Amino acid sequence: MATAPVILRARGRVAVRQAVSRASAYLFLGASLVGVFVLLLLAYETISVGAGRLSWDFISNYPSRFAERAGLRSSAIGTVWVLGLTVIMALPVAVGTAIWIEEFAPRNRALTVVKLNLANLAGVPSIIYGVLGLTVFSRFFGFGSTIMAGAFTVSLMILPMTVIASQEAIRQVPSSIRDGALALGATQWQTVWYHVLPGAAPGIITGIILAVSRAAGETAALIMIGAFTFIAFDNTSPFEDFTTVPIQIYNWTIRPQEEFRENAAAAIIVLMVAVLSLNLLAAVIRERFRRS
Amino acid sequence: MVQLRSPRPLSEGELQETKPNVEPHSITSSAARRPDAIIDPPEDAVFSISELSLWYGHKQALGDVTFKIPVNRVTALIGPSGCGKSTLIRCLNRMNDLITGVRTIGVVSYHGQDVYAPDIDPVEVRRRIGMVFQKPNPFPKSIYENVAFGAKVNGYKGNMGQLVEQSLRQAALWNEVKDELKKSGLALSGGQQQRLCIARALAVQPDVILMDEPCSALDPIATLKIEDLIRELVKDYTIIIVTHNMQQAARVSDYTAFMLADEHGAGRLIEYRPASEVFTNPKDKRTEDYITGRFG
Repeated sequence: MATAPVILRARGRVAVRQAVSRASAYLFLGASLVGVFVLLLLAYETISVGAGRLSWDFISNYPSRFAERAGLRSSAIGTVWVLGLTVIMALPVAVGTAIWIEEFAPRNRALTVVKLNLANLAGVPSIIYGVLGLTVFSRFFGFGSTIMAGAFTVSLMILPMTVIASQEAIRQVPSSIRDGALALGATQWQTVWYHVLPGAAPGIITGIILAVSRAAGETAALIMIGAFTFIAFDNTSPFEDFTTVPIQIYNWTIRPQEEFRENAAAAIIVLMVAVLSLNLLAAVIRERFRRS
Repeated sequence: MVQLRSPRPLSEGELQETKPNVEPHSITSSAARRPDAIIDPPEDAVFSISELSLWYGHKQALGDVTFKIPVNRVTALIGPSGCGKSTLIRCLNRMNDLITGVRTIGVVSYHGQDVYAPDIDPVEVRRRIGMVFQKPNPFPKSIYENVAFGAKVNGYKGNMGQLVEQSLRQAALWNEVKDELKKSGLALSGGQQQRLCIARALAVQPDVILMDEPCSALDPIATLKIEDLIRELVKDYTIIIVTHNMQQAARVSDYTAFMLADEHGAGRLIEYRPASEVFTNPKDKRTEDYITGRFG
């Protein structure tokens, strides 16, 4: 008996469903392209305005009221100071907090509240941290508008992000490793020190680098504590006034003269290259450790 | 004499708000239990477990387990999945402490000391009672460091190189790795990794070695090697092994404990006798059904 030939080409409802499915793929591609396109446009605009101003002089000159002589020297040094101190302050506190939450804290409702608050703190606008920094570090502790006040404020700001990244990294360490160590008579601290931290280190380092690269662009909080100033010397101590690259950019953009806009664009290029390099470094560290 | 204990106070790590029903389920299955199915081994006991019950939160996982584990023998715990054998073995070195919401009542007496007594430190317990896990879990470090770790954290003062060699020899791994002690433990095969984990446990110079399905992730040849090793090690150590594999229990164990979950899911000890007798002449109908493959 002859059977009807099997047809496997899409027909009827199947053809319609498949057409919808294919169309949706283009829709989502379009959505992704919006972001990429805007980013490329911004980059193009910035580069076409600012590239002409890029030179070693631009990086090594102090700011000036003459646009062609103004440079990033003091703001770049200020940025490095603030970020360096931020890492030193935030890293131990963030890692300590993450270890406590993941390894030691009792699993109860209080801990859930702490975790929830961490996630919320990560979303607090930076200007709020600026007000806090101004009240607590500048005024109460008397750091004024110095690098110390800035570093404390930025540390506080990136702390939630870094804690969450460190928690994530610590959770990635398989529990079989902990069991193995504990079963050999290691204490909880020995287990953390010899096994959990080494295993989590790449994730923790990546997290802090990403947080720092975000802090590199921080403006609002630092303006709040008084870093919007004219600095024409190299910072040699954390107890000096300072300014940072994004504040310098802001400063230049509000000048009426066209030449300062070029300076601002050039400074944005410098900042962008620095931030992207940090992100690249984070990616390299992550990949290196993933393979080993 | 059986010593009844009140529930121990909740420790800090446990959920304060869970109040599981403290009353053990009425021991319905004991009515059906044949008194001669659970024997008292004539050897000296390393562990003397009495009326041990355990809850994970509200769920009871062990019900009223009472038996003695003899010194320098291999004792196998067998039974279908979920019968509480892994839970039971993890009670012996207090590894269940690490799980949130676990509550234990009853006595696990190790050389006469209740390991759950309030003044007992789990670290002291675990350095005397080593453990090998189901999935080989070497540290992502060198072979040498894997073996040396336990001794190091326990403050071993002797010649570490010698201890590492001796432990690897005891675990029948030395000849395979002696030229590459710097290599990562993860670079070894599954069977070698498991023997590395055994060597690691031996380096702490324990008295008992607990093995929680040590061969379930291994191929038959690697399994055979571990079984030979178990028979070798039992000359110096007391070994307690959980296994799904009845042939394995028959091959390696001196005593076999058969466990089964009751109608509430709580694991109970059904039969505990010399292995040869459990497998050839089970006293309890349920043991017979299990070993003849009628269920589980």
